[in-house]
Amino acid sequence: MRAKYILSEAALGLWRNVTMTTAMIITMAVSLAMLGASGLLFLQVDKVKERYYAQVQVSIFLAPNATEEQREVLDQALANDPLVASYYFETKEAAYERAQDIFADAPDMLKVLTPESLPESFRVSLTDPEQFTEIRDRYAHYDGIYDIVDQAALVERVFSILTAVQTMSLVIALVMASAALMLVGNVVQVAAYSKRREVAVMKMVGAPNWFVQLPFVLEAVVAGLIGAFLAFAVLAAGKHFLIDGPLAPLTQILTPVPWRNVLLTLPALAGIGAMVSAVTAWITLRFYVRV
Amino acid sequence: MIRLERVTKTYPKASRPSLDNVDVSIGKGEFVFFIGPSGAGKSTIIKLLLREITPTRGRVMVNGRDVGAMRSWRVPAFRRTIGCVFQDFRLLPNRTAYENVAFALEVIGRSKATCRRVVPEVLELVGLGGKEHRYPHELSGGEQQRVAVARAFVNRPLMLLADEPTGNLDPDTSIEIMRLLDRINRTGTTVVMVTHDSNIVNQMRRRVIEIENGRVVRDQPRGVYG
Repeated sequence: MRAKYILSEAALGLWRNVTMTTAMIITMAVSLAMLGASGLLFLQVDKVKERYYAQVQVSIFLAPNATEEQREVLDQALANDPLVASYYFETKEAAYERAQDIFADAPDMLKVLTPESLPESFRVSLTDPEQFTEIRDRYAHYDGIYDIVDQAALVERVFSILTAVQTMSLVIALVMASAALMLVGNVVQVAAYSKRREVAVMKMVGAPNWFVQLPFVLEAVVAGLIGAFLAFAVLAAGKHFLIDGPLAPLTQILTPVPWRNVLLTLPALAGIGAMVSAVTAWITLRFYVRV
Repeated sequence: MIRLERVTKTYPKASRPSLDNVDVSIGKGEFVFFIGPSGAGKSTIIKLLLREITPTRGRVMVNGRDVGAMRSWRVPAFRRTIGCVFQDFRLLPNRTAYENVAFALEVIGRSKATCRRVVPEVLELVGLGGKEHRYPHELSGGEQQRVAVARAFVNRPLMLLADEPTGNLDPDTSIEIMRLLDRINRTGTTVVMVTHDSNIVNQMRRRVIEIENGRVVRDQPRGVYG
């Protein structure tokens, strides 16, 4: 009987104030979708980092007029450097071969390239890819060096874009979340007001506090869950229509977003949505409405 | 049963206390009127006994328990031992007489079967037999107050608090409600009633405690309104 009462009261409450509830569900959905997107990007950035850092090398290009001796000195230094995980020497011929792969689509470029026009280089893998500046400082003053280029610097740029997008969606998620929370509070207040007679009688005859409060909390939780489902739908649609659609080439350069991660957002968002709604509703009841 | 020990209640921002050092003792099964002018502090006593408010100083003892010091989670269980009737009836307009009384039982966890057994009985007791399925707006003021009394009494409380229960009723109807409260009192329930109604007090000849400016100025066993 009591369970039935609580459930029917919660359902009635959602329906009675349907415009406000809808507004709350929409803001909740947008906020949770942004949060989910941010979470997915977070996982993505980590994976991309892993993948690129594993391949990242520092290239030490030798000047065209570098002598055999200068090369030997550099070779020795690299061999004894604790920051260097591994390295190899790339001859002009090897560089030319690699260039042919890279520029396979640009035959004009290949025509002007000769092995002689390409610099020799040491390709160095670091024990810790973040230590690039250290390496640069250490080797910049060696003779016969033309330039030291860190691929990580290029990768960093991609990361900084990803991180910026991630931060932005997190900020939007937080702003929308604060709006959603205020709406939850408001929905609960309106619900409590429209049921003030019942609440007064219940308190008068000694109904337990949880019994008085539960319909309101449940109302907020249900709305929160609907918001979470909508947010998941948005993310799934984004994966299907954007990431697997027009943005597919981009994800090939980075790493693909697996369906597993997208599906994982559903329980996460549902949990967060329900939890946050419940706590906000309870706080509103306890400290503002004093039900 | 009820003991107010040197109770003082000052509301926030009030210049003088609503109750000032009040000592009152009410035995089990007594019928007591609290009388006095508006704002004398009569309703404050009801609120203290219900634990809607706590005293600024002193102790409010009900059934040997210090109501003011009671933890808030114990308050619901405490209120189940008290029935309340108010001037404005406080019925739910969208529920019938039967449903109003049953609601009070259901929200404290009584089964539907219990309601079906107990509610018609108590409605019969208050003289509303045959009107169980009327809505409040289909009932007269006196009948509505009977529903409220039935709701207050259905759980067989140890004490019944009535805050001006006849305030909205004509003299004849008031007398009927008083007869009802008298019958409830005869079952052993302590009745505490706040009122302005001199006719009623004079007719009932029960204990009268008069309050003025927050102080007890008279306490007579078989008093009149005076």
